[in-house]
Amino acid sequence: MTLTHWNKRTALLCGISFLNLALFAIAGEMKDVDSATAATKNEIVIKDFHFSPETLTVKSGEKITWINRDEEPHTVVSVEKQFKKSSALDTDQEFTITAGAPGTYTYFCSVHPKMTGTIVVENP
Amino acid sequence: MSDYISHDHEHDGIDRRGFLHCMAWAGTGLLWTISGGVLASKTLAQIAKAAESLPATDLSFLQISDSHIGFSKEANKDVTATFKIALDRINAMPTPPSFLIHTGDLTQLSKPEEFDTFDEVLKSCRTKDVFYVPGEHDVLNDGGKFYRERYLKSLEAKGSGWYSFNKNGVHFIGLVNVLDLQAGGLGQLGDDQLEWLEADVKDLGTSTPIVVFAHIPLWAVYPQWGWGTSDSERALGYLKRFGSVTVLNGHIHQVLQKVEGNVSFHTAMSTAFPQPAPGTAASPGPMNVPAEKLRSLLGLTSVKYLQGKSSLAVVDSNLS
Repeated sequence: MTLTHWNKRTALLCGISFLNLALFAIAGEMKDVDSATAATKNEIVIKDFHFSPETLTVKSGEKITWINRDEEPHTVVSVEKQFKKSSALDTDQEFTITAGAPGTYTYFCSVHPKMTGTIVVENP
Repeated sequence: MSDYISHDHEHDGIDRRGFLHCMAWAGTGLLWTISGGVLASKTLAQIAKAAESLPATDLSFLQISDSHIGFSKEANKDVTATFKIALDRINAMPTPPSFLIHTGDLTQLSKPEEFDTFDEVLKSCRTKDVFYVPGEHDVLNDGGKFYRERYLKSLEAKGSGWYSFNKNGVHFIGLVNVLDLQAGGLGQLGDDQLEWLEADVKDLGTSTPIVVFAHIPLWAVYPQWGWGTSDSERALGYLKRFGSVTVLNGHIHQVLQKVEGNVSFHTAMSTAFPQPAPGTAASPGPMNVPAEKLRSLLGLTSVKYLQGKSSLAVVDSNLS
């Protein structure tokens, strides 16, 4: 565990120094379901038409993963279009982005716009 | 004729007598007055019988909704089969409906192969004319481009896919309220569509029966679950002056009805799976019911317009 943790920290630090240029934006990417690689600590579960936790605080450069546990498709869309939107996530599908510049990012599900959430990105 | 309010229990400017009087004036059928504006369900055999006696000048059409082709979870592992059953019921009617209206969510995930399956199954339907409006499930990843190219080809649809047409003196309006939704909000029509609607009905006489159809309810069914349309009041404002307005929606997979002045609102059952009644579960979404009960919660809606009567009879029937 400790080793894994250490490796992650190292990787993260390398990542941050490498990702200096990405600090002004959050890059989004779709990811296929693969629970082995989904061991992210910043996970937002979509269940019963809610993002949980509704507000998540992360450090710049960290990954954030949403996973849909509803039988209804959901999306993750930045209100101010500050990061790439997900495509429709079916049951158990995931969407991962890397946190960019410090700030507060609100997002919603474009299919069910009542569903909203917030990401707070802090300095690493 | 003297019209006055004698018992205004709810302080809404209408009493029972006044309501019944208005309904009688609007020419509503027996079904409406019996239950005070809320319609009873009939078996399909009864509908079939009624359809048989329709004079040729009258109009009957069928609303079908929320087929969700591609869905395969516990709530219904074979939505294609139940969609087929619904079409079989239509084919079994002695007088086929003039056309179908599909009020959206043809597919579960907007996948081309899901649309293909939908079309393939629909081929078995005797009634070939189908008018569509999209559900949010049909426009998931491309803003509805695929849907519009396939289902609005023969129509002069505007904007994101809204349009109107006339049949037997009835003016039909198909609206889109599932696109460009705003964070925290509900279904939405948007300014462009509302301006078009205002112009579309401007020159119609007030006696023209109006049928509006859209996926998400155009009334506040249960905003907490997103079951409503944020700017529907403005749309209904343009329709207020008409003597008969029938609003047909889907989305909530259950029959709910409301009458407000000359406007009657109606939501249809799904052919795929039921959803909980407003506020009775943690969230909306597919509701699991015992297999033997499923078909009693799926269905379609038959609508009839009798010339000389200014309002339409809306009758739901389930698939059991």
